[in-house]
Amino acid sequence: MNSLKFDTANLICGLLLIATGLFFAYQSFELELGTALRMGPGYFPFILACALILFGAIILIQSMRVDGGPIGALALRGMVFILPAPIFFGLTVRGLGFVPSIFVTALIASFASGRMKPLTALVLSAALTVFSVAVFSYGLGLPFRRFGPWLGY
Amino acid sequence: MDLFNNLALGFATATSLENLFFCLIGVLLGTLIGVLPGIGATATIAMLLPITFQLEPVSSLIMLAGIYYGAQYGGSTTAILINMPGESSSAVTAIDGYQMARKGRAGAALAIAAIGSFFAGTVSTFLVAIFAPPLTQIALQFGAAEYFSLMVVGLVSSIALAHGSIVKALAMVALGLLLGLVGTDIYTGTPRFTLGIREYADGLNFVAVAVGVFGIAEILRNLENEKTRSVLMAKVSELMPSREDFKAMVGPVLRGTAIGSILGILPGGGAILAAFASYTVEKKVSKHPEEFGHGAVAGVAGPESANNAGAQTSFIPLLTLGIPANPVMALMIGAMIIQGIVPGPNVATEQPALFWGIIASMWIGNLMLVILNLPLIGLWVKLLTIPYYVLFPIIMAFCSIGVYSVNSNVYDLYAVAFFGLIGYALLKLRCEPAPLLLGFVLGPLLEENLRRAMILSRGDPTTFVTRPISAALLFLAALVLVIVFLPSVKAKREVVFQEED
Repeated sequence: MNSLKFDTANLICGLLLIATGLFFAYQSFELELGTALRMGPGYFPFILACALILFGAIILIQSMRVDGGPIGALALRGMVFILPAPIFFGLTVRGLGFVPSIFVTALIASFASGRMKPLTALVLSAALTVFSVAVFSYGLGLPFRRFGPWLGY
Repeated sequence: MDLFNNLALGFATATSLENLFFCLIGVLLGTLIGVLPGIGATATIAMLLPITFQLEPVSSLIMLAGIYYGAQYGGSTTAILINMPGESSSAVTAIDGYQMARKGRAGAALAIAAIGSFFAGTVSTFLVAIFAPPLTQIALQFGAAEYFSLMVVGLVSSIALAHGSIVKALAMVALGLLLGLVGTDIYTGTPRFTLGIREYADGLNFVAVAVGVFGIAEILRNLENEKTRSVLMAKVSELMPSREDFKAMVGPVLRGTAIGSILGILPGGGAILAAFASYTVEKKVSKHPEEFGHGAVAGVAGPESANNAGAQTSFIPLLTLGIPANPVMALMIGAMIIQGIVPGPNVATEQPALFWGIIASMWIGNLMLVILNLPLIGLWVKLLTIPYYVLFPIIMAFCSIGVYSVNSNVYDLYAVAFFGLIGYALLKLRCEPAPLLLGFVLGPLLEENLRRAMILSRGDPTTFVTRPISAALLFLAALVLVIVFLPSVKAKREVVFQEED
């Protein structure tokens, strides 16, 4: 066996699963485990966490045997712009209000693609905002404040 | 004549103007999102789920069912037109459907798929109506031990039907179950794994997890390498299949319906398996097996019927037992719980209008698809030419609004981003997210029933094997697990799933 040859995907996968399992196991240990008859809040999760560690270990071992091919390109730009979009919405929807918040959210997400031109992004976000306010706020009557306290409303 | 009374009640519910309207909206929206390449039924429903929350329970579930069929239909459309199946179950359709389209018979292929689906949908709706009530009777006798064992069967089957490594699928189930346990422990009230964040005391929001793992992850994957999609066909003409086509599709549709109806009931995603099984069968019985892969009518008609029949009958475990057969059904359960309905055998007796209304709306949804979508195909095709970079800001905005509208909890939005990242990582690490979501939904139920069963049996774990139904179910689960680990099956399974990619 050539120890230099790892399947990267499985290696990372195994390590992540073991780490997650350890985290959950540690957390369950701080809860009351109880007995099989009267299981405490930590009993079932502890068993699951141990299972997760076991599966992670098996995958780790497998990573040294089979090569499943490369991971491939990562959507770095996508992650940088897509993932913060809902977070921004969450941070500002109460403070700024629905209208500005959804506009900026759409704008942030727009830049995830290298093909989007700034002007298109602005127009698209504006149109989207008008549509969302009409449908969700007026149409479906969701209880959103259209403009929030940060803007002096 | 109970059946007819019940169906009449169902149709009365489903054909109220309001419900017809929501069914229509659901079907249209489902198709709209479903035709976007790379976005399958699960992601579509996860994204559209929140807009149904403001409705009455019946209307909301009818609309969701409509979205489901619409999304499936949309998936087949992209499979045929651009060889890009929205989800794995329409991957089979892509094999021959795309070849038909290349020969200029895209219209016929789409029509065959629609007609086959409609026939299968009609038959299997009746099957659901016939078999659901007696099964509910059985289910009413289920105790905690039986429920526990049944869920184990569901989880094991989801492993068997997942792509790729079995160990990874097992790990996904364990991870999903753990994530499902986040929140307050029902027996002691202790918060678990909430990292001290009070907003997660009620557990992680199911919609947030589903949107993240299926929706956001899918968007990120599509952003990896942005290529211009080549929409092959300039024009979809001649929708009407020829007389020979009709002749060629009767057998496959009938067989596909039968296969799909049976396999769909299996927990764990029978619809996908059904499409593959049907394709294999058609290839075996065909007089011209060499046509398969080059635009055989049977290769479109059979799998599409099987797929749709399976999609329909997968409602049976959901409606009778409250156990989801696949991630879509898991989403349905989530929706029911949010609407204050506890899924399970009691739904049929306590809320007959809801129960039968959903069943009737399945058929209506299918009918609408045929009537509306065939003429609208031109519109869907145009939609395929919209560049992707315009679509995903829209999707992101709607996802954010949708998730927030469920509970008005901003932490749910953070969870969306987090699970989007997790989902993308899992995709990259070749882990299947479906077992994770199933585990997530079943986690709390599984633990509750395990603990209850142990208390009832005074801590004797043999209760699971001494009660006959429970023992049979566990035996079934063990059998499935043994079978997937058998070397010969393992090899074959890899071949099957490779064909799909």
